Amino acid sequence: MTDVIIPNVGRDQAAPQNADLRAAAMRPVLETPRWWWPSIAVLTVIVLGGIAAWVYQVANGLGTAGYSDGAFWAIYEANLVTFIGVSYGGAVVSAILRLTHAGWRAPLTRIAEATALVTLPIGMVFIIPHLGDPSRIWELVWPPYWNLTSPILWDFFAVSTYLLATIVFFYLPLVPDAAIALERFEDEAPSTRVKVRKSLYRVLVGRFGGTPYERRRLNGAIGLIAIMIIPMAVSVHSVLSFAFASSSRAGYMETILPVYFVVAALYSGVALVVLTVAASRNLFHLEAFVTPRHFVRLGFLMIAFGAAYLYLTFTEYLIDGYSGTAGASAWVYQIVAGRYAIPFWIYFVAGGIAPLFIMMFRRFRTTSGVVVASFLVVAALWIKRLVIVIPPATEPLVNSPLAKGGVLAGNWGTYHFTWVPISITIAATAAIPLLLLVVFRFVPILSMAEMEELAEGHEELDSQEVGA
Amino acid sequence: MTTKHDNEIVATDDAQHEELTAAAVTIGRRGLLRAAALGSLGVGVLGALTETLAAASEPATTTPSGPVKQWCMIIDLRLCNGCKLCTTACQTAHYLHEDQTWMNVYTMQNAAGENYFMPRPCQMCEDPACVPVCPVGANFRTPEGLTLVDQSKCIGTRICMNACPYDARYFNWSDPVPAPRQPFKQEPEWPVPQVKGTVGKCIECAAMLPTGQLPECVTHCPMGVIYFGDLTSDAAVNGMGNTVKISTYLAENDAVVFKEEYGTHPRVYYIPGHGQDLNNNPSAS
Repeated sequence: MTDVIIPNVGRDQAAPQNADLRAAAMRPVLETPRWWWPSIAVLTVIVLGGIAAWVYQVANGLGTAGYSDGAFWAIYEANLVTFIGVSYGGAVVSAILRLTHAGWRAPLTRIAEATALVTLPIGMVFIIPHLGDPSRIWELVWPPYWNLTSPILWDFFAVSTYLLATIVFFYLPLVPDAAIALERFEDEAPSTRVKVRKSLYRVLVGRFGGTPYERRRLNGAIGLIAIMIIPMAVSVHSVLSFAFASSSRAGYMETILPVYFVVAALYSGVALVVLTVAASRNLFHLEAFVTPRHFVRLGFLMIAFGAAYLYLTFTEYLIDGYSGTAGASAWVYQIVAGRYAIPFWIYFVAGGIAPLFIMMFRRFRTTSGVVVASFLVVAALWIKRLVIVIPPATEPLVNSPLAKGGVLAGNWGTYHFTWVPISITIAATAAIPLLLLVVFRFVPILSMAEMEELAEGHEELDSQEVGA
Repeated sequence: MTTKHDNEIVATDDAQHEELTAAAVTIGRRGLLRAAALGSLGVGVLGALTETLAAASEPATTTPSGPVKQWCMIIDLRLCNGCKLCTTACQTAHYLHEDQTWMNVYTMQNAAGENYFMPRPCQMCEDPACVPVCPVGANFRTPEGLTLVDQSKCIGTRICMNACPYDARYFNWSDPVPAPRQPFKQEPEWPVPQVKGTVGKCIECAAMLPTGQLPECVTHCPMGVIYFGDLTSDAAVNGMGNTVKISTYLAENDAVVFKEEYGTHPRVYYIPGHGQDLNNNPSAS
């Protein structure tokens, strides 16, 4: 066996062996830690609690979720944007870093792609509590009902396409790994567990035999979908913003909004990848593969997006606030100094300044420092989404705020948080670790084939294939 | 008799001429979006199909019983005293919750800082912002120029509430007010009782109009503020029985439409009388 070198990883550590890699990648599949079942139980109860809250909402109307005519869009729409947004992390870490030949990505790709795979459907599920009458949701998939001029329908098409691409992007790199896993299971005693996994891997592997030709073709396909998924993700987050932006309402009608949504998705997506990678590293003992350097690099990637987001926020509010027009100025005033000031400044400190500050100084730029920064980003960006969605939806359009008496005038609506959407939000958050635990119960947590190939220096070969 | 008859014909021609001219010079929001959507799809067959359907749903200019009515409203702000009897009459007739003010009376301030009152029904826009945004096509415009909601289609995305520049749409956040058996079945022209989880709005009492009845808010206004009429025959009447010739009345009283800059072409005309700017800020954002 040749020595395996993981490029740019763990300069201070002995390079892990191939056997170590495979053992670590398969450990979550093969072993059941003591905390596994209790965690599953607790998370399932939380998710069921959210479903119960939704049933209550269906029976009693959307009013139980704190909505009113003075706040027609609020937490569910913010959650939809947040959860679909964080799914971008998978595409960034896996696709963008692959295309830029950043070899250090390899131990993170599977975790990043799995994070995208679970957060995107969770985000899509928020369409259901968002609808007033979810029993008629089938009208969205039944073409005779389609009204092609509706931004919501564009959203639906874009997100569905992106989901398909995410599944393919998760599946393709899994093919050689499933072959390795199948091999590994040949020696196991034939229990139900083993049988289920073996048949799953057989389906995943298909007729892939692992010949150099097949591997080249597979890498070509992965390269192609890696290129495709980036514009697709850009379009998804842009189109998501169209539902808000294609209106005449101040605060929504912003040409900056699509860019804003894309950058926010990149920012919070990388942050969530940091969190899932950190959790996986500790729970499944991946310290030999995922090193502090990974966290620092992800941290830098994250604050690059964070700085861009801060810049867009500043630009938007300055220009709209300065305009002095009825809707826009009043809206900015309400955000920076009015009734939405507290959540906005929480975002600004926790999601804007603090992560930059943490990454700026070497003494804070540790694994735990990056994890803390990422947690702040994910939480603060959710709050920021509330600040994006709620103020324009509570804006009075007839008694225009600037009518007479300055920006403070006007009857702004109010959104009141209730236990129903909070339960559903907590349930959706709990569904992320729950689904990830289930996914890694069946799928190797490290991209074994990719890491081994990179170590053998096949990366150059891939790029030629993609370029040709 | 002869003179009146002649007048009617002339008015009809004028109205139709105006309609056609407006259609010719205005690239409507719907038209733009439809063109853009089809262009980006590049699907010829679909385009042809949509055009055929659109042509089929264009208002017919005549029916066997005569020219199609084009309903409109004139609200004389000089007369409104803010009693809100129109609001309550509307809510009683349509079995609405107290906060579902389909006909809402806003307290506004004029240039001198004095209060005046402004009743706001659905503006029945000729180019409504709410119609194209609905993903399932639950909003539509009738040949008589009424924008209505099909509550048997509405899935409750509320994007029409986002689109409407007049805050004229009201969601059913809870169970509707129970209603006894109605003279009309539950349909877009008479959405009584309302449906939980769908959007409702002023319908200008669409189901009552063919029977010759005026909308509830018109008949219940003690000040005669609200005129209801037909642009085709150029005549409108208020609850006190005063009839006016629409074209003359609007011109003589300097009538305006609300938020003209939004390009929605409302069919509700306001007659200001207290120096109101009607909140027509040139740029809302």
